[in-house]
Amino acid sequence: MVRYVIRRLLQMILTFFGATFLVYALMFGNQSDPIQALAGERPVSDALRATLTEHYHLGRPFLVQYGYYMRGLLTGDFGETLSGRRISDIMAQSWPLTIELALLAMVFAAVFGTAAGVYAGLRRGGVFDTTTLAVTLLVIALPIIVLAPMAQLLFGVKLGWFPTTAGARPTLYGLILPAMVLGAASLATMLRLTRASVAENLRADYVRTARAKGLARRRVVGIHVLRNSLIPVITLIGVDLGTLMAGAIVTEGVFNIPGVGSKLLLGIQTEDGPLVVGLVSVLVVVFLVVNLIVDLLYAVLDPRIRYV
Amino acid sequence: MSDLEMAAATEVPSHVGGGFRPTGPDESPDAGPTGGDRPRSLAGDAWRDLRRNWVFWVASALVVLVVTMAGAPQIFTSADPHDCTTRRQHAGPAGAAIFGYDYQGCDVFARTVHGARASVLVGVLAVLLAGAIGLVVGMLAGYYGRWLDAILSRIVDVVLGIPLLLAAIVLSKRLTADRQGSGVASVVIVLGILGWTTAARVMRSSVIAARGQDYVAAARMLGASHLRIMVRHILPNALAPFIVVLTIALGTFIATEATLSFLDIGLRPPAISWGTDIATAGKHVREAALPLVAPSVFLALTVLGFIMLGDAIRDAFDPKLR
Repeated sequence: MVRYVIRRLLQMILTFFGATFLVYALMFGNQSDPIQALAGERPVSDALRATLTEHYHLGRPFLVQYGYYMRGLLTGDFGETLSGRRISDIMAQSWPLTIELALLAMVFAAVFGTAAGVYAGLRRGGVFDTTTLAVTLLVIALPIIVLAPMAQLLFGVKLGWFPTTAGARPTLYGLILPAMVLGAASLATMLRLTRASVAENLRADYVRTARAKGLARRRVVGIHVLRNSLIPVITLIGVDLGTLMAGAIVTEGVFNIPGVGSKLLLGIQTEDGPLVVGLVSVLVVVFLVVNLIVDLLYAVLDPRIRYV
Repeated sequence: MSDLEMAAATEVPSHVGGGFRPTGPDESPDAGPTGGDRPRSLAGDAWRDLRRNWVFWVASALVVLVVTMAGAPQIFTSADPHDCTTRRQHAGPAGAAIFGYDYQGCDVFARTVHGARASVLVGVLAVLLAGAIGLVVGMLAGYYGRWLDAILSRIVDVVLGIPLLLAAIVLSKRLTADRQGSGVASVVIVLGILGWTTAARVMRSSVIAARGQDYVAAARMLGASHLRIMVRHILPNALAPFIVVLTIALGTFIATEATLSFLDIGLRPPAISWGTDIATAGKHVREAALPLVAPSVFLALTVLGFIMLGDAIRDAFDPKLR
């Protein structure tokens, strides 16, 4: 166990540096004239050019520049946007909202996904099972750029059940529809995974033993099957986080929620390189850390697995 | 030489396909390309299963429809998708324009039909690129193992450590910085060099499974070179799961292209992209819903078609899942 944790941590450090390096290199590496890109179409005076070169360490070798960037990332200093706002300020403002939205989406997905998955897994081949299989396939295939505007159109504009946009200070009620849109894909995957693992575990030897002992069906399903079936579902949370982040960009944009996703969208639209890289770096770090936690949790939850 | 090798290749243990006990040991997916006469090959079995699967037929119909739309949009509409005038802004369905007109006054149906080309083109090219990278990396890592496997697997880990869309955003911002052309090449490159990881992992694990088989040892004893063993003996037997992953990836790539275009960092005019049209129509959804619904439905059906096709093929090749 300890060896596994150490191994996983070392791997995480490697991935962390690799991934951030990749993001940095993709954004800034091999750029012909970053200062002109920074200024857009406006002309740049020589004095300004010299100052900017000094300020962004552009005269230094690429690896040294990456070092400066990493120092900033690790100390929470993400620099400034093109318009001069501190990126850490923007993040402090927008993170709580995105976390709230993501948590709502995850709770929604976990509760409904596992409940319906267990039900479908117990009654394989039934009407409910067949219907959910078809519906979840459809939901998984729906890109979020289809799902979000369509949900907005149907439940916001046509039916009027939910507010069409959440606005600057969204209420919990205003976040429900975006959270459902955001969590829909995770819900579908979770449902399918739970269903498959319940169906598989029902045939396991220990379930037969439990039945043979004369335990009530409720207990066999509720304790023996359920516990073992939910282990793989936990790993899904880590994997799904990436989808969730990508979804948040679109969902927040469509429903006008001022979270990290819509700030990233703003950065893309205004061609604000530093803002985009700052936000993406933090999202990547969050993704890596959550996946690490999920992996470690998995090792604790499933002692059968021996990690080499 | 070749005959001897063929003999070695067809002497695969015939425990594949056929009866499936849930308690059985892991079967390696040996898709016999030659389809031996005596025992039916796994591919033959899979094809028999596929023909009876309605999901496969629905998915194939969708895929054929979209590919036809991409190849010959004139069959479906004679209207010019670039013929737009604001006089017809948000006008309702009229004549051949069965979905009405959008904010710019363009024929929504014509735009939707013509949008298939960019989606399919980007998807197919990106899958070819990602598949090529994944094939080489997975094959080398799986066949040679040891330090090469360690290095390549860590690289896969690093690329997988960045969610696809986030990396695509950063990369396509770079590639679209010098705006010229329709952006098809940039999006293909972005998706190709970021989306090969799953394919590489799948290839690696099936190569590892095939590497230890007797027919590989037999080929090696007959003096076949590494390259020949990889291409003639291991590849055909490791191909099925790889193709399944790529089919599903095609759907994902099309969705990602639409998302990038939706975010305004994907395709640009004159290319017609469903993603761009969805983004524009979404802003005016209160005035007219059809310009949003039409491309959304077509995009969803296209993605669904490829994912269902991949699912059906996988089910046919892997009876354990049933």
